[in-house]
Order: sequence, then C-alpha cells, then structure tokens
Amino acid sequence: MTRPFGSTAGAAAPPADQGGTAQRPVAKTPDPAGPRRRAWRSRRYRWDIKYSPYAFVAPFFVFFAAFGLFPLLYTGWASLHRVELTDPTHMEWVGMHNYSRLWDDEFFWNALRNTFTIGLMSTVPQLLMALGLAHLLNYRLRGSTFFRVAILTPYATSVAAATLVFVLLFGRDYGMVNWALGLVGIDHIDWQNGSWTSQIAVSSIVVWRWTGYNALIYLAAMQAVPDDLYESAALDGASRWQQFLHVTIPSLRPTILFTVVVSTIGATQLFGEPLLFNGAAGATGGADHQYQTLGLYLYEQGWVNLHLGRASAIAWTMFLILLLIAAVNAVIARRLRKSQ
Amino acid sequence: MSTVISSDTAAEAAEGGGSRGGRTRRGAKGAGRQMHGGKLTYAVLILFTMGSLFPLVWTAIAASRTNTRLAETPPPFWFGGNLFKNLDTAWHDANMGAALLNTTVVAGTIALGTVLFSTIAGFAFAKLRFRFKNLLLMLTIGTMMVPPQLSVVPLYMTIAELEWTDRLQAVILPTLVSAFGVFFMRQYLSQALPTELIEAARMDGASSVRIIWHIVFPTARPAMAVLGMLTFVQAWNDFFWPIIALTQNGNPTVQVALTGLGRGYIPDESVIMAGALLGTLPLLIALLLFGKQIVGGIMQGAVKG
Repeated sequence: MTRPFGSTAGAAAPPADQGGTAQRPVAKTPDPAGPRRRAWRSRRYRWDIKYSPYAFVAPFFVFFAAFGLFPLLYTGWASLHRVELTDPTHMEWVGMHNYSRLWDDEFFWNALRNTFTIGLMSTVPQLLMALGLAHLLNYRLRGSTFFRVAILTPYATSVAAATLVFVLLFGRDYGMVNWALGLVGIDHIDWQNGSWTSQIAVSSIVVWRWTGYNALIYLAAMQAVPDDLYESAALDGASRWQQFLHVTIPSLRPTILFTVVVSTIGATQLFGEPLLFNGAAGATGGADHQYQTLGLYLYEQGWVNLHLGRASAIAWTMFLILLLIAAVNAVIARRLRKSQ
Repeated sequence: MSTVISSDTAAEAAEGGGSRGGRTRRGAKGAGRQMHGGKLTYAVLILFTMGSLFPLVWTAIAASRTNTRLAETPPPFWFGGNLFKNLDTAWHDANMGAALLNTTVVAGTIALGTVLFSTIAGFAFAKLRFRFKNLLLMLTIGTMMVPPQLSVVPLYMTIAELEWTDRLQAVILPTLVSAFGVFFMRQYLSQALPTELIEAARMDGASSVRIIWHIVFPTARPAMAVLGMLTFVQAWNDFFWPIIALTQNGNPTVQVALTGLGRGYIPDESVIMAGALLGTLPLLIALLLFGKQIVGGIMQGAVKG
C-alpha cells in the first residue's frame, strides 16, 4: 500500500537493526544518475524531516478542529441566539438572554443541585470501594486474572443495558431489591418517585459500572510503589493496616487525584442513567424532576422543548463549571506537591 | 511481570546462586503487598465478583422468562424456557439485529481510525522534532477535558444541514480520533521505540512513511491492540450523541435501540431484557477472550496517564 519512493536502498526493507546498517555503504556510493538526482533526493529528505511530522499529527487536529473546537466555539455563539430545532439555520441575536433566563429558572438550579448530590453519592463510595478492592487485588492471589476481568464486566456493560436492568431490579412492586429488603422487614420503597431514593438508585448504577475500572487503576498505581517502602515500614513494626494508611495511600495521591477529576467530569455529564431510569417519563428526570441532571436538562431543553439556543447556554455553563473544577484541582495539586 | 521474573533469574544465574538465592529473595518480600491473600480477602473478592456479575446473570434470567412472571413475587432466580422467543422478538421487532450490525460497523471503523491516527500522531509527538510540538501536545491533552455536550448543538445543526440524520457517518466521523489515544500511543512509543533505531533507518535513507510502516507499526502493535479494544468498547457503548443523531426506527446503534426499548417501544420487560442481553453479549464475549489484555491496557494507561 505505502510503497516507499526510494528504490536504491529499498528493495530489502531495513528490518530493525543490523540488516539496514550493513547495506549503508552500498547506498552511499555515487549515484550513476548524477548530481541532479542526488540534489533532488537530499531536498526531498529535508522536506521529509521538516514537514512529515505535521502530516502525522494533521489527521488528529483536522478532525479535532472540525468536530471538537469548531462546535465548542459555535456552541458559545449559538448560546447568544434564539435558535429553534424546527429551523436550526434561523438564528436571532438575543445577547445574554439565554443565560439570564437560565439564572431565573428553578429547574436549572434543581438540575445543578441534583448533579451535585448524585455526583457525590456516586463518586465517593465508588472510589472508596475501588481503593479497598485494589488493596485486596494487590495480594498474591490464586485466580487474580479472573477477579480482575470479573470486576471489569460492568465497565463493558453499556449505560443503556445497565440502566434497563437496574430499573427492573429497583422496581417498586416486583423488584429484587424491594423483595430482599422485605425479607428483613423493610417496606417497599418507591425507588422511582422518591427524591432521595431515586437519586440513590441512579447513583448505584454509576457505582456498579465504574468501581471495578477504578480499582484496576489504583491497582496499577499500587504495583508501582517500591517494595522497600513496605519493607522498612514492616521493620518499624507497622501493621498491614498502618502500611496501607501510611505507605499505600500517600504513594497513590496523584492517582487518587486523577480518578477524582475523571469521576467528577463524568458526574457532571451524567445523562444516560437518569434518562432511562424512568424511560416513559422522558427527559424530565422523574415526575418532580427529582433526579434530572444538567446533562438531562440540556437534552430536554434542546430536543424535547426544541430550544437549541438555550441548550447551548446550558452546555457552556457546564463547561465553565468544569473549568472551575479543573482550577480547584490544580490548586489542590500544587498544595500537595508543596507539602511533600 | 514476566520480564521482572526473567531478569531476576538471569541475575541469579550470573551469581551462580541457584535455588538458594531464590529462597532468600522470596523471603525478603514478605512485607506489604506481596503477601498471600487470606481467606477474608478471597471472601470479599468473591462478594465483589458476584456483585459485578449478578445484574448480568439476572438479565439473562429475566430474558428467559415471560413478562407476567416478572410481575410476580418473589422474582425468578433461575432460567425459564422463553429465552429464544424473547431474543427473536427483540431481534426483529426492536430492530436489534440491524442495531448490532450497525454498531459493529461504527465501533469497528472508529477503533480502526483511532488506532491508526493515534499511532502516527503519537509517534510524531514521541520521536520527531517540529515547531509548536509542545504547544500542540498541550492542546491535545487539554481536549480530553472537553465534554461531548459542548458540541452536540452545532453537530446536530451540521448533520441536519447535510441530511445525515440516521446515517452512520454522523456518529462515526465526530469520534474518529481521540486525544486519549494520541497521548496513550505517545507514552508507549517514547519508551518502547529506541531513537537510535529511527536514526539508523534515516541513515539508510528511509523516508518517514517507510519508518512508520516498518518500524513504528511493528513496535507499537501491542499498544495498538489494547487501544483498539478500549476504543471499540467505548464506541460500542457511546450514548449521548448517537441517541441525538440516530432514531430507533431508522438506523439505530445498539444503544439507540435499547433507549427505544426503555422508553416503552415494546412494553414487555422480558423482551427488553433480551434486548439488553443481545446488546451486551458481544462485549462480554470479547472480555472473555481478551480480558487479560483489556485489563492490562487499562492498568497501563493508568500508570502513564
């Protein structure tokens, strides 16, 4: 497919190392075709060195510009207009109206609050459990590959499939969860319509899907902790638990920070779980919007209420929140580095 | 892991230590992480394993029952005889057959494109010198933060303009490259690919394209495979953009078809579960076959990323 241009040194592809080096003298002998061809070849060589790196990164940046950067900026532009889904090419300038309307919209604040509480309820248990799980997986185990693959199966399950199953498990009348709770004497809980209970149920889907994945990330970081740290801690008489607290956790600090950031970004964008948790209710996030997240609110404004301009304003607000999180994170990271 | 072991054994052989050397080494590792897991460790791990697998197993159980059986107490704990009937209904009536085919095409193309473009860009970032390299790399890493929500409105306007609604390219093109992939390949190649090798090839007059073909691709193959699998899983499960760009009755991916099911397209829970099972099964099989590599890939990406 990509046959190289050169033909003299080329017939035998330089496979890895010595093969190519041995042929070099042959390639360097004066070319019978004369100096013009040599000059051409050296010019081509210079061009190759100089420009081909750009050609190699170009596909990524072209696609990124077309489908990442341009839409990002255009969303900002659209957020200053009235745009309706029914006629997306017709844009009417409204300035900051979409944003001020958002500010006055109780559903926006509701969605922001829900995103925050669901984010907290899904991220904190998820990462704590992942940390413990990784610690256990770090022992010398029989069947360690089996355990690692098994805890990764939820990651391979899509949001849609997982949510559909959890909806059934959390069913009010016939769900497995309520049945099990009934065994210990707890009355049926209305997981879909309660405000806290529905948020707990939605969070549990996130926790189920991502705990194993994060555990593997922590495990990788734990395996990179040098042995002698544990050895010297053991010599000082530290118990297993103390070793975990005083050796493992501090060594994992950058990784923990990384997973917190990634999970927070994920939580900010939470969408599929609340959308399908009560599929019949559509994009409202429950009868009382009790688990409507920002992502869902954006979708509702744009593709149910057909206000693309308002949806753009929500998108940019989410972006600003993410930037805020990134800034806070950078400050914390610097603090940590200084304290070390 | 295996390299560590082999280099240790080589060192031992050089020392002439034999089995005795091996014993002292193992003895020194008693502290901390290399300890054997106790019974409690196994018990907790088995509990987590069951927690991870149970919803999936139960999907299969529910898919093998009838809708009326699912509306009874207690819920079923074992398989019934209705699996194939439900699968058949999901396959034909809920468009799952077409959805599976579409998703295979979409995820396959995206994985292929991501691996190819990430490898050559990662190689350039890892081993070549050019102006603005660091700036461009920072930009690449920065784009990993940008959420998909930020681009859906203009993307939707674009595909509406091009009349690409329900066309597969509408979901393939926007995700054909990935910043994570570029970064992942860059990290791998800066370690795995010796710079001298490239210089030697240059001395021999090999062009950059030739270097990529004969040196970079063979070196990067393990990382390319891992990136391909991770991207495939991600593309298969991609949700937000596909449900905007595609419709249940037009040309759905698996996730779009499942969303249709969840919204009451077919009000039969056992069929819905059969659909969920169909949509998940291909990835579960992939995990069964390549689980070790996928686990390795996630852990590799974690340490370096």
